[in-house]
This record gives sequence, structure tokens and C-alpha cells, in this order.
Amino acid sequence: MITEEQTSQAVAEILSSHKKEKKNLIPLLQEVQIRLGYLPRKAMQEIASFLEVPGVEVWGVATFYDQFRFVPLGKYHTRVCMGTACHLAGGKLILEALERELDIKVGETAEDGNFSLERVACIGCCMLAPVIVIKDKIYPKMTPFKVEETLIPYKQEPQGKLKE
Amino acid sequence: MEKLISLEIDGKEVKAREGMTVLEAAKEAGIEIPTLCYHEKLEPYGACRICSVEVERGGRTQVVASCGYPVEEGMKIKTRSERIDQIRKTIIELIAPSLSDGGVVGKVRELADEYGADTSVFMSTFKATPTRCILCGQCVRYCSEVVAANAIGFVGRGVERRVVFLPERASRFCPTCRECYEVCPTGKIAAETDGSIFPEFSIDDFLSGKM
Ligand code: SF4
Ligand code: FES
Ligand code: FES
Repeated sequence: MITEEQTSQAVAEILSSHKKEKKNLIPLLQEVQIRLGYLPRKAMQEIASFLEVPGVEVWGVATFYDQFRFVPLGKYHTRVCMGTACHLAGGKLILEALERELDIKVGETAEDGNFSLERVACIGCCMLAPVIVIKDKIYPKMTPFKVEETLIPYKQEPQGKLKE
Repeated sequence: MEKLISLEIDGKEVKAREGMTVLEAAKEAGIEIPTLCYHEKLEPYGACRICSVEVERGGRTQVVASCGYPVEEGMKIKTRSERIDQIRKTIIELIAPSLSDGGVVGKVRELADEYGADTSVFMSTFKATPTRCILCGQCVRYCSEVVAANAIGFVGRGVERRVVFLPERASRFCPTCRECYEVCPTGKIAAETDGSIFPEFSIDDFLSGKM
């Protein structure tokens, strides 16, 4: 977990290299997210006071774009391809199976912080459709049935059992 | 001396001052145009399009949102016509499903009756949550432009778009203000805050997917 002090420090560093101009809002949000992996509440407040814009406006912009996250990603961030090929090959079923298995909805992070789920557009290996990516590893030709099996090592890892 | 402009609204000769909007000019002349997102204390927003009118210039007609359209010398306006009535009817029909949980009441109900809108026609294709909010933005803009509290804002996009309160600002300003209760044309805010001092739907509810 990132503490409030770490957030403030990171944000202060990022702010120091930017001018107090409203047009910097999106770049600032992006940089904070790259640095911290998500946009903590505190960071949003600090950006708002730096740019002297109302907090609601910062929230309005940040929640408008899909690229911004407000909770940290899970340790095993899982991306489900919903590109054309994967969609046609049943990507939706895979997503549903993952939501069931992980007990989270797309866009959420599990409470224990281990998994998060995201839908993405084509990841460039349509021959292997439908695909999912767990952390950096690609799992090809998925079926809802294979989802459970694929997740087992990751689910066991917190107990130190993942060998790779 | 401000420049006077003459124009014609519904066949009536009307004088307006430069910089006025068509809506304001009509109002002064006693001609009523319906609005949903317009508020006299706020900048024009042009979101609902219910104030659409026909403008004729040089033999061509165009539909414009009268709440934000400036008057021009010699323009001819029609505030009611078959085309306009059809537009307003469709707008109401599109708005209605988002009010479906508590029923189409208040201003939207009046307009639905006036324009013969079938408030259930888009019901079966409506996939979003009925939030009672028509996204007119009056509460948000009022809170920012008039009260300058900035305690309420829009978040999200498309069917996910919602009005939320920012708790850190709301706790400071809302208990003694609550002026947005009055401006909301659907009564959403008063209903959801249920008379309580502190607003119920906050940015945190939105982020945690509760709304
Ligand atoms: S809550 Fe009411 S005033 Fe605010 S945007 Fe929605 S309909 Fe308009
Ligand atoms: S559509 Fe899924 S990898 Fe291309
Ligand atoms: S009142 Fe003119 S667009 Fe809403």
C-alpha cells in the first residue's frame, strides 16, 4: 500500500516540474498514475490546489477517461481481450468466468489486493484468440473451463507456491 | 446606448438588445419557450435542446437552441412548428426512462403532456440505471457559478455519468445552503438527500461502484 506521505512526496516532485496551468491537468494525472499505479484521493486534492481548480473539476476529468484508476491494481492484474477476434471467439464468456472465479467485476481490485480485472482491446495475438494476460503472461485459446485451472497457481502464490 | 435589434418571433415584431439570446428576447416579448437546462442566473449550457426553435434567414431554416443563440437583425423565429414539436416530443421520450423509478413527474411530465410524448416508448431499450437525473447540470453549475462552493460535480461518462458531492466541500457548505434542491427540475437532489443535512451520494459511492 502507498502511504499518504509517499503520495504527497511523489505528487510534489511531479508538480515541481509543471507550470500552474489548467492545460496540465491530464498530463499531471497521467504522471501520477504512472508513478503510483493509480490516483489516490490525496493526489487528486493536491493537483486541484496546485492548479487552483475546484476538486470536483479534477474528479470530473479523471473519471471521464477509462485510463485512470482510483484503486491500486492487483498483484496479478488480469487483462481480458475483447478485440474483434477474441470477442468472436467468446471473450465475453471468459470475462464472465473470471468475474465468477475471482469474485470481482471488471474494473475492480479484489479486497486482498491479489487480483484485478480489466477488459482491453486487441493485444496483438489474434491467432491465439481468445486470450487473457495475467501480469505479463499470455494465456492463449482460453475456455471458461480453463479459467479456473489457469488461476490456481496464482491463487496459491500468496502461500509461496508459484513456480515460474 | 445599446444597439436595438428587431426580429420576428412567431409573426410578432420584437425588439431586443444586442447580445441577448433568442430565449431572452422571446421571454421579454411574453413568448414562452420551454427549457430544462436553462437557469437565468447561469451561463447558457445547451444540453437539453428542449428550447430548440426554427430560425429563418435568407430563405433557409435552421434549428437552434434558443437559450444560447444570440439575436440577429431581421431574423425570423418560429417557436412552435411541426418540426419543433416533433423534436421536443422525442427529447422528452428519450429523457423519460431515466425518471422511470419514481415516475415522470414535475416539469418533464408537463412537457410530456404538452407535446404528446409517450414516456414509455424507449423503456424496453433503456439499459442504464434510472437515476432520476437528466444531466441538465443546473445543480453543478449553480453550485459553482452562483454559490461558488464547488461541492457538487459530474463524474463518469456516457450512461455512467452521475452527479456526486465531494464530502470535504459538502460538509462545509451544504448544511447552510441546499439551493440546488430548488434548481433541480426532477427533484432528484431533494429526494435522494431525503431532507438530511448531509448529501447521500458522494464521490466515494461512485468510485466504489455503489451508484
Ligand atoms: S441532479 Fe437534477 S439539477 Fe442536477 S443535473 Fe441531475 S437533473 Fe439536473
Ligand atoms: S482480438 Fe484479442 S488479441 Fe487480437
Ligand atoms: S434550455 Fe436550451 S438547451 Fe437546455
